[in-house]
Amino acid sequence: MSTTSTTGTAAVVRAPEARTTSGSARAYLLYVAGRLGGAAISLLAVLVTSFFLFRIIPGDPVKAMTHGMPTSAEQLASLRRQFGLDQPMWQQFTDYCGKALTGDLGTSYQFHAPVGELIAQKLPATLLLTGVAVVIYSAIGLWLGTRSAWRHGSLGDKVNTGMALTLWSVPSFWLGLLLIITFSVGVGPIPGLFPTGGMESGDKTGFAYIGDVAHHMVLPVITLVAVGYAQTLLVMRSSLLDEMGSDYLTTARAKGLRDDAVRRRHAVPNALLPTVTMVFINLGHVAAGSILVETVFSWPGLGGLFYQALSVPDLPLVQGLFVVFAGAMILMNLLADLLYPLLDPRVGR
Amino acid sequence: MTITPVPKTARTTRSARSLAWARRRGSVARFWRSYRTHRAGLFGLGALALIALIALAAPLLVGGDVQSVTNAPGTALESPSAEFPLGTDQFGRSLLGLLVWGARISLTVGLLAAALSVAIGTLVGITAGHYGGWFSTVIMRITDWFLVMPTLVLAIVLATVMSRSVWTVILAIGVTSWPTTARLVRAQTIAVESRPYIERAKALGGGHSHIMTRHVLPNVMPLVLAQTTLGISTAILTEATLAFLGLGDPTIVSWGGMLQDAREAGAVSSGHWWYLAPPGIAIALVALAFTLCGRAIEAVLNPKLGVAR
Repeated sequence: MSTTSTTGTAAVVRAPEARTTSGSARAYLLYVAGRLGGAAISLLAVLVTSFFLFRIIPGDPVKAMTHGMPTSAEQLASLRRQFGLDQPMWQQFTDYCGKALTGDLGTSYQFHAPVGELIAQKLPATLLLTGVAVVIYSAIGLWLGTRSAWRHGSLGDKVNTGMALTLWSVPSFWLGLLLIITFSVGVGPIPGLFPTGGMESGDKTGFAYIGDVAHHMVLPVITLVAVGYAQTLLVMRSSLLDEMGSDYLTTARAKGLRDDAVRRRHAVPNALLPTVTMVFINLGHVAAGSILVETVFSWPGLGGLFYQALSVPDLPLVQGLFVVFAGAMILMNLLADLLYPLLDPRVGR
Repeated sequence: MTITPVPKTARTTRSARSLAWARRRGSVARFWRSYRTHRAGLFGLGALALIALIALAAPLLVGGDVQSVTNAPGTALESPSAEFPLGTDQFGRSLLGLLVWGARISLTVGLLAAALSVAIGTLVGITAGHYGGWFSTVIMRITDWFLVMPTLVLAIVLATVMSRSVWTVILAIGVTSWPTTARLVRAQTIAVESRPYIERAKALGGGHSHIMTRHVLPNVMPLVLAQTTLGISTAILTEATLAFLGLGDPTIVSWGGMLQDAREAGAVSSGHWWYLAPPGIAIALVALAFTLCGRAIEAVLNPKLGVAR
C-alpha cells in the first residue's frame, strides 16, 4: 500500500553489502517476502471480517432461504444441518476459514450451486469489461494529464480539469441510464444504435461473435471511462507539475532538446511512477466499482451477480463476492508494491 | 520603516483571549483573501449556498405534502407541463417537488457521514501520531487494512446487514471512509510534534490530552477541513448509489431513490429522459460544488499543489 513506509523498513533491512548486485537482489527478496506476508495477513483479516459481518445479520438465514414459504420444522432443521448453521459459532468459523483457503466458499441459497463455481463463471465477463475500461481510461488520463500539466494555467488545462472533475462527480449508474436512453432506446432523431444490455445477442459465432460482444461493450466501457479517467488525469497532472521546476529539465533544455523531447524523455518517465501505482489500485477498485455499471447494463459479470445476491439477500454469495472483491484489491496492491522498486531504484533496495 | 510604539503598548494591555481572537480573525481574513482568487472555488461556494437555501426553504417552496403517495395531484408519468415543470412520477407526484425535497436528505447524509468519517480519522490519526511506538504500529496496521477494503462493497454490505434507515446509510459511509484522513492526520501530527514549541509545552507540564487538543488539533484543523469538504462529495455519491441499489430508507425521498423509482417505472425503455435527467444533474452539481470548494481550500493551504485557478 504505502510506498513511503516501505522505504523505511527496506532501509533497515539493507545489509552492508547491499551495494553489490547479489546484496541488492537479496534485499529485494526480503522486501518481496515482507510484502507477501503483509498481503497474507490482510487476506486473513478479510476472511475474519466477512465471517463475522454476516453473523451479526438480524433474522434467520434459513427463513431467507425459503423465501417465506411455509416449511415444516423438520425441513428447517435439515436445511440448518445442510448449511452447517446448527454448529457452534467457533466451529462454523474454523470450518469456514479452512474451506475458504481451499477455494470452497459455500453454497448459494439462491442458485443452489457452489459460490466458487458461480464466481468462476462470471469472472471472465468482468475481467473483459473492466480490463478494457481501465486500459482506455489510464491511457486517456495519462495523455490528458500530461498535456494539462505541461501547459498548466492555459485554457486547455482549465477545460480539461473542469471536464474531468465534472464527469467524476456524475453517478456512474445515472450516466449509464442516460446513455441507454440516448443511444439504445433512441431520443428524437437518434436511432437505437447500441443494444440496451447483456453481452451478446446469442446467434453469432467466430468473428461475428467478437464483433457482437464489442458492440455490446461500447456503452458500458464509455460509462466506466467517463467516470474513471479523472483520477488518473489529476494524479498525472500533479506529479508532472512536481517535476516541472526540476533542474534536470533546465539542463535538458539547455542541451538544446526540443520541448517535445524534454517532455517525453525526461519529465514524463519520472512523473509516471505515482501514476503506475494508481493504475494498479484502480484495477483492484474497478472490479467492485463495476457493480453499478454491470447492473445497469445487465452485464453478466461479478457486479451483476453481487446485485442479484443483495436483493435476496443470498448471504454465502454476498460473502464470497466480498472476499473476491477485497482479494482483488489486496492482489493489485501487492503487484503495485512489487513492481514499484523495479521501476524506481530508490524504493525497496 | 517608522517605529510606532502606540499600538504596541495598546496590544500589551489586551488580554490573552482577545489577542487569540484577533489572531484568529486575521488568519480567517487572510484565508478568505486567498480563497477569493480561486474562481472555481467561488463557483462551488455559490452553488452550495443556493442549494442549501433551497433545501432549507423546501417546505415554503413546494409544500410539505409532495412526498405523499396517496393524494398526489397529477396522474402517473405525465410529461413536463406548466403545472408540473418536470412531469410526474408513477404515483402522480410532482418531480420538481421531489427534487427539492431530495436536496435535504442528500445534504444531511453527505454532511453527517463526512463529519463522522473525518472525526474517526482525526481521532485515530492524532492518537497514533502522538503516542507512536507499538500502539501506533497496531493502529496503522488496522488503518492500512481498512484502506485495502473496497469501500463501496463494505458500505453496501453494512447497509444490507443493518436495518433500512438514514442512520444506517450515514454509519455505513462514515465507518468505511475514514482511513485516508487518518493517514494524512497522522503524518501532519508527527510533523507538528517535532517542532520546538511542543517541547516547550511539555516542559511547562502539558499532559498528553493538553498537547493533543490544544497544540496538535488546531494545527491539523485546516487539513481536516479540506478533507471534510472533499469527503462530503464522495459521501453524497455513495448515498445516491446505496439508494439506487434500494438500500436507503424507502419512506424518504432522495435523489438516488428517485433514480431507482425511475428505473422501476420503465423510464429507460420508454425514453422518459425528463424523469431520469434532473436527479442525476442535481447529484453531480452538489458533488462537483463540494469538490471545487475542497480543491480551492487545499490550494489555499498548500500553494505548491498547483491547482488551476
